[in-house]
Amino acid sequence: MLIKLTGGTVYDPASGIDGKVQTLYVQDGRFIKQPANDVKIDKEYDLKAKVLMAGAIDMHTHIGGGKGNIARMLIPEDHRKDPVHRSDITRSGCGHAMPSTFTTGYRYAEMGYTAGFEPAILPINARQAHMEMADIPILDKGGYVMLGSDDYLLRMLTAKKDQKAINDYVAWTMNAAKAIGVKVVNPGGINAFKFNQRKLDLDENNAHYGISPREILISLATAVKELGVKHPLHVHGCNLGVPGNVNTTLDTMQGIGGLPLHLTHIQFHSYGNEGDFKFSSGGAAIAEAINKTPNITADVGQILFGQTITASGDNMRQHANHGFASPDKWVSMDIECDAGCGVVPFKYRDQNFVNALQWAIGLEIFLLVDDPWRVFLTTDHPNGAPFTTYPHLIRLLMDKSFRNDMLATIHPEAQKMTTLGSIDREYSLQEIAILTRAGAAKLVGLEDRGSLAEGAWADITVYTENADREKMFEKPDYVFKDGELVVVDGKVVHTKWGTTHIVRPDWDSSVEKDLQKYFDRFMTMKVGNFKISDDEITEDGRGSLTTHSLNGVT
Amino acid sequence: MTEIIEVPSPFCGIGTDDLTVQVNDLAVSVMANGCAVNTPAFEQVITDTSARVDGKDVSLEVAVAKAAELLSASNQPVIGGCATDVNGMRGLMALADHSGAVVDNMNFTGARRNFLALQDTGWMNTTLAEIKNRCDYLLVVGVDLEGFAPRFFERYLWNQESMFLSDTSQRQIVYLGKAPSGEASISPAGVKAKVLACKDADLPEVMAVLRALVKGKKIVAETICGIAVSDLQEVADQLKTAKYGVVTWAAGALNFDQAELTVQMLSEMVKDINTMDTRCSGFPLGGKEGDQTANQVCGWTSAYPARARFSSGFPEYDPFLYDSNVMLANGEADVLVWVQAFNVTSVPPVTELPTIVVARSGMVFDKQPDVFIPVGTPGIDHAGHAYRLDNVVAIRLKKLRESGLPSTADVLNAIEQAL
Repeated sequence: MLIKLTGGTVYDPASGIDGKVQTLYVQDGRFIKQPANDVKIDKEYDLKAKVLMAGAIDMHTHIGGGKGNIARMLIPEDHRKDPVHRSDITRSGCGHAMPSTFTTGYRYAEMGYTAGFEPAILPINARQAHMEMADIPILDKGGYVMLGSDDYLLRMLTAKKDQKAINDYVAWTMNAAKAIGVKVVNPGGINAFKFNQRKLDLDENNAHYGISPREILISLATAVKELGVKHPLHVHGCNLGVPGNVNTTLDTMQGIGGLPLHLTHIQFHSYGNEGDFKFSSGGAAIAEAINKTPNITADVGQILFGQTITASGDNMRQHANHGFASPDKWVSMDIECDAGCGVVPFKYRDQNFVNALQWAIGLEIFLLVDDPWRVFLTTDHPNGAPFTTYPHLIRLLMDKSFRNDMLATIHPEAQKMTTLGSIDREYSLQEIAILTRAGAAKLVGLEDRGSLAEGAWADITVYTENADREKMFEKPDYVFKDGELVVVDGKVVHTKWGTTHIVRPDWDSSVEKDLQKYFDRFMTMKVGNFKISDDEITEDGRGSLTTHSLNGVT
Repeated sequence: MTEIIEVPSPFCGIGTDDLTVQVNDLAVSVMANGCAVNTPAFEQVITDTSARVDGKDVSLEVAVAKAAELLSASNQPVIGGCATDVNGMRGLMALADHSGAVVDNMNFTGARRNFLALQDTGWMNTTLAEIKNRCDYLLVVGVDLEGFAPRFFERYLWNQESMFLSDTSQRQIVYLGKAPSGEASISPAGVKAKVLACKDADLPEVMAVLRALVKGKKIVAETICGIAVSDLQEVADQLKTAKYGVVTWAAGALNFDQAELTVQMLSEMVKDINTMDTRCSGFPLGGKEGDQTANQVCGWTSAYPARARFSSGFPEYDPFLYDSNVMLANGEADVLVWVQAFNVTSVPPVTELPTIVVARSGMVFDKQPDVFIPVGTPGIDHAGHAYRLDNVVAIRLKKLRESGLPSTADVLNAIEQAL
C-alpha cells in the first residue's frame, strides 16, 4: 500500500521543518522517498491547508497497572457519567477520569495521540501493567519501572554495594519488567512509610536503612546513565504537594551533580509557603532553575478543574492527603517489599485558593521554561486531570487572551499570587509539536517515532487550522498509525494493535544468584516466575516488542 | 515421565509456586509442596475430550456454531462462573460485549461485601510479602485461615527468616469469631493462637465494639456476644502497639446480612490505627478459581467489577440486580453460559434455560447442557496468567502437558467470532 499525503503544512521539529508545505509518501507503515513517477499510488489524501504533525506521544500517563484498576473499582459513580457504546469496530467501556483500556486507546487516538507511557510500573506488578496495556488498542506503549523503595535496593545501599552491582540490579529489573526507563517515586519514602515515617526530606534518613533520598537518587541516576538508558531517571520527588517543597525540588536539581534527571509532574513540587494562606507559587524559581540546568527535563502535571482521581505509588503522601478525598473514600496499599500505592479521588475547584493557584503554577512553568525540548505536556493523567483535557490545555498555552479570560475567573486571592497574567508568551504550533512529539520521542529514547522524516514509522496526525486551538486539537481530520488510517474527523474508523517499546541493558548474570537467594528467603515467588518472558507479551498474536538502542556505554 | 519444578498454582489463591509435579503422558502427580486444595486440583484426570451438543459428541466447530446460535437468539444471556485465566476472561468480556450478556463471577456475592465497603469508604491493605517480612500481630476475623489456605502459616508467618522480625515465631495470632480448624496457627515455639470465639452473626457487634475500643471510647458492658470486653480491649491495645499489625478476613466467610458493614467497620478501624502513630493493614482473603482474575480483567476492560451487564451496548454495574442466580430465578435471563476452567465440581446452577457450558474436562452433569465444550485447565494444559488473592501479583502459569484441549480463550473467541 503506497499512500501519498499531498500538500499539507508540515510541523516536524525532529527534522527542523517548521510549517513547510510538503508532500509525504508512506509505504509498509513507514515514510519513504518520493517514488518514481511510474509507481502507482494506491491512495492519495489532499491535505492542502491542513496541518501535519507526527502522532503525539504522552510520555507520562497512568494507563496500566494495579493502582489504575483500583481507581476504576473505587469510582463506579464517575463511570456512570460517561458510558461508551460499542460499535461494529470498537468495544464498549467507560470514560472520564479513569477510562477502561479500550476507551483509553480510542480517545487518545481520536486526539491524535499514537503512544503512551506508563510511568510507574512496580516490578512485582509489571505483568498487570503490560496485560492492561495489551488491551489498549491503537497506541504504542511502554513504561518506566519503579525502584527506590524496594527493600532489595535499600539493602544493597546499606551494604555499600558498589555502583556496578547497583547497575546490574537495575538492568536486570528493567529486563525482567520489560521497561524502557526507570522511575523513582518519593525516593525511599514509600519504604519509610512502612516503618511509620510520615515524611522524608531529601537528606532525611530512612529509619531502618539509614539511607537518604538523595543517596537513592544519585545511585539510580548514575545507574541509568552508566547503563546507557536514554530516558533519564524519571523522578517523582520528595514532599509532593507540601507547601514549601520548591526548595526540595531546587535542591534535587542542584544536588544531582549534573546527572540527567527528569522531574515529573513538577507542578506538584513547585510550592512556596508565603502569603496569607502560607501557600505560594514557586513556578518562576523552578522555571529559572530548569533554564539554567541543562541536565534537567520536566513534565508539568498541569491540574485542570473538575472531578478526577489521583493514583500514585507515593502512598506516604497520598495517605497524608486523604483528608482531601472527594468523594470521601480512598485506598492505600503497601506492596510486596517493592513499593506501594495510594488512590484518592479529587475534585479540583477553581474557587478553591490552593487548587486555583496550582492551576496557575503549572501554566507559569510551561510559559517560563525557555527550551521546549526540555518541558513536556502532561496532566499526570489522571492525577491533575484526565488526558482528554489536553486540547484545552494546548489552547491555554497558545492563546494568551483565552488564558487571561480563564485567569480572571479563578479564586481572586490566587490571581494575586501569580504572575501568569503578565506573561505574554504564546506557544507556536512548532513548539507544541516539540512538547508532544519530537521532544517526547527523544526523551523516551524512541527511534523512528515522533517524526515525519523518511524511514520513520508513519504515525501521523492531520488537523484543520483553527484559531480556537482546543477545537483544532480535539478533532483531527485524520490519524494514521503505522501508516494505517485509524481516525477520521475525530472518530475511530479502524483499530489495530501497537507495539511495546523497551530497552534491554546488559547485566552480569551473577546478579541473579543473589536475587535468587533473596527471593527464596524473603519473597513470595520464585525468581524464575518473577521475570516476564517475551512470549507473555507476544503469544496472543497482537502484542510485539520493539527494542531501542542504548547510548554508547563508556 | 517428566518432572517439572517451581510450578505455580492457580487453585489456592495464595500463589504458591514451589510445587514439583511429575507428568506421565496425561497424568499429573504432585510430588512436593502439595496441599489439600492444590494436589487434587492438579491431579484431576481428563475424561471428556470431545464437545457435546444435546449430549452427543460433536466437533468443536459444531458446538461453537450451536453456542453462537443460542446466543444470537437470546435477548439476555448471562455468563456465570467466570472462573478462568486472564486470556479466558478477555475472551469472555469480548463475548459478553458482543452478545449483550451479563457477566457475573460466581463468587461475587461474597466479594460484594468487599466491593461495597471499598466503593463507599475504601481501605488500607497489604500484600503477602509484607506480611511475611513485617507482620508482628495478626488478627483473623471470622475465617478459618488454614481451612481457606492450608499453607498460609507455613509460607507467610512461620517462615524461618524475615527481613524485619528477628524471630518470626514471636508473631502474635488472634482469632476473632471462628476458631482455627487445625494446628497450623501454633507457632514454631509452641504458642497457640488466642481465640475469642463468637457466632458469625455476632461479628458486626463485636467489630463495632473493637473499633470503639481502638478509638478510646468507653464501653460499659463487660461482655459482648460472649467475649469479655477486657479481652477485646487487649486486642485493641495490641493492634495499637504492634509495629505492623494486619487484620485479615474472607468476605466469602462473612455469611450474614449486611456483612459489608463489618468489612467497612474493620477497614475503618485499620485506617484509625494508622492515625495513632503506628502502621496497620487489612488483608482480604479471596482469589480462588480466578475470582480476582475475573474482577481485574472485567475491571480494566469495562471499568467495573465482574458483575456487569452489556445489553444496553455499554457496561452497567449493579452488585445486586445482575446477580445471575437472582436473574435466573426471576426469569430475567434466557440463556446461561457457564465458564469454569478450574473445578469440575463447580457445576452450573440448575435451570430450564438453554445452557452452554465451557468447563474443565471431567465435569459431570445431572442434566446434559445444550452445549458442553471441555477445555484445558490454565496452568496445566496451557500457559496463562492468574491473580493471587492480594490482587497485585499475577502469576505466570505453566503448560505441563500436551492434552490437545482448547483453552477457554480459544473457545470463547471462536463463539464470539461466530456471532
